[in-house]
Amino acid sequence: MSDLSMATKTKTFDVNAIRQDFPILSQEVNGKPLVYLDNGASAQKPQAVLDAMDRYYREMHSNVHRGAHTLGDRATTAFEGARETVRAFLNAGSTREIVWTRGTTEAINLVANGLAPRLKEGDEILVSHMEHHANIVPWQMIAERTGAKVVPIQVTPEGELDMASFTSLLNDRTRILAITHVSNVLGTVNPIAPLIEQAKKQGVLTLIDGAQAVPHFQPDVQALGCDFYVFSSHKLFGPTGIGALYGRAELLEEMPPYQGGGEMIERVSFERTTWNVLPYKFEAGTPAIAEAVGLAAAIDYLNNLDRAAMEAAESALLQRANELVETVPGMSIIGTARRKVPVMSFKIEGLHPSDIGTLLDQQGIAIRTGHHCAMPLMDFYGVPGTARASFAFYNTQQEVEKLFTGLQKIQRLFT
Amino acid sequence: MTASKDQFLNNPLGQTTTLDDVLADFDFLDDWEERYAYIIDLGKQLPAFPDDDRVEENYVHGCQSQVWLIHHYDETSGKLFLLIDSDAMIVRGLAAIILVALNGKTPRELLATDIDELFEQLDLFRHISPTRGNGLRAMVGKIRDIAAAEAAD
Repeated sequence: MSDLSMATKTKTFDVNAIRQDFPILSQEVNGKPLVYLDNGASAQKPQAVLDAMDRYYREMHSNVHRGAHTLGDRATTAFEGARETVRAFLNAGSTREIVWTRGTTEAINLVANGLAPRLKEGDEILVSHMEHHANIVPWQMIAERTGAKVVPIQVTPEGELDMASFTSLLNDRTRILAITHVSNVLGTVNPIAPLIEQAKKQGVLTLIDGAQAVPHFQPDVQALGCDFYVFSSHKLFGPTGIGALYGRAELLEEMPPYQGGGEMIERVSFERTTWNVLPYKFEAGTPAIAEAVGLAAAIDYLNNLDRAAMEAAESALLQRANELVETVPGMSIIGTARRKVPVMSFKIEGLHPSDIGTLLDQQGIAIRTGHHCAMPLMDFYGVPGTARASFAFYNTQQEVEKLFTGLQKIQRLFT
Repeated sequence: MTASKDQFLNNPLGQTTTLDDVLADFDFLDDWEERYAYIIDLGKQLPAFPDDDRVEENYVHGCQSQVWLIHHYDETSGKLFLLIDSDAMIVRGLAAIILVALNGKTPRELLATDIDELFEQLDLFRHISPTRGNGLRAMVGKIRDIAAAEAAD
């Protein structure tokens, strides 16, 4: 056996083996084996992440970038190593372009604030009707301050972006296109490459919300050519409290700091304070060091899986779910885009989403119900909320079947 | 039309359907399916809620389902009568249990009733705990505020 075949052989995808890596999954809830289908809200963590964070605190914790002692060196090496892991994951050109944030929400707020000086009365910020509130509200706040306007691209009934709407709304007043890569409610994968290309032609800056995309596939920010790409660690099987912002260096240089404090300065005096270099200019205060290490461990874990096999397994979960919809009378899917990650929003005639959530919980099945922080999209579909099952690569076909058996049981209770 | 006095006084929950009835019924329910089927059936006993009372001031701000609550204080008997509505069936059923415990009582009797303890006893506490954003806790809070205001008058 050659070295090469050995190397490829280490990348495998066996869902039962993978489930052993996630300690939280092997428990009972309400007397039934846990079926965790709320991954879109937050994903579970592999043992490797727990171990990396534990080891960090046991062996190397200290503040970063302070020098002078060995633990400080270890912590800084681990922390900056994590930044390099994220850079490689996104295929960014430089670690100067990777800024740690508390998550997607903070990253979008940071960019919105940083781009505010570019905006004036009458300028337009293009978002879509399927955005999470985190990619609407920060722009509305900046619009309020600058006199700019937030304009939504329409969505088709199937839950795809209406490309005609995009083309007609992109005009010479458009300054920013802020759009989600994958819809948290519908699972739709948006065709962001052509959107970015068209926006760039008009000199429009682009921000991609990757929160729901990165758990399912790996983006390449250089190939995409976007100006900003943001995501959260906790949906990517890493710890809560940290996320990352990729920003083109030229723009990050131009943007004012987001918060003031330690670490983000070069020199402070009462006469004049100057900013630190990228990316530290945007990282005021002691960062979430253990969480950065945990996120890197999550990415390393994913890198050791056969990503193609993983994506195929996820598609198979969604396909099985789609096949089973007809076994539950009155059930219909919201969001039937041609390209989807394994996320299934649905409604069942006569049942409120919260009834569905409560009664699935009784059977050990965790899903999300409600408006999913996407009220404009709920209004578009004329529903108070949806029930949403969102799958991860560690979910099994058997779990998909349990969801539907559970839904059939619920329906019997109401008839 | 908003609710008439009779609509309040004729609410069977807490009057002809008593808490003892519900507690006795619960004893016979074996598994979660029977329990929730029973809760759903109880919810069907909620009297019709007048459309004109579905206004902002009667809305209970919870998280997911829509909940409305109105009350009538009967001067003659000194008792407080309540009507509740929700678009979610489980919330309707749990509201019915709350009404069975609280409806048609004097404000003082009402304030002396421990709903948390009752839900604990029925093994339904998780539905009323502060971690569940289903509006039930807000509903009970609003009822107690109404009772406290009437008791103070």
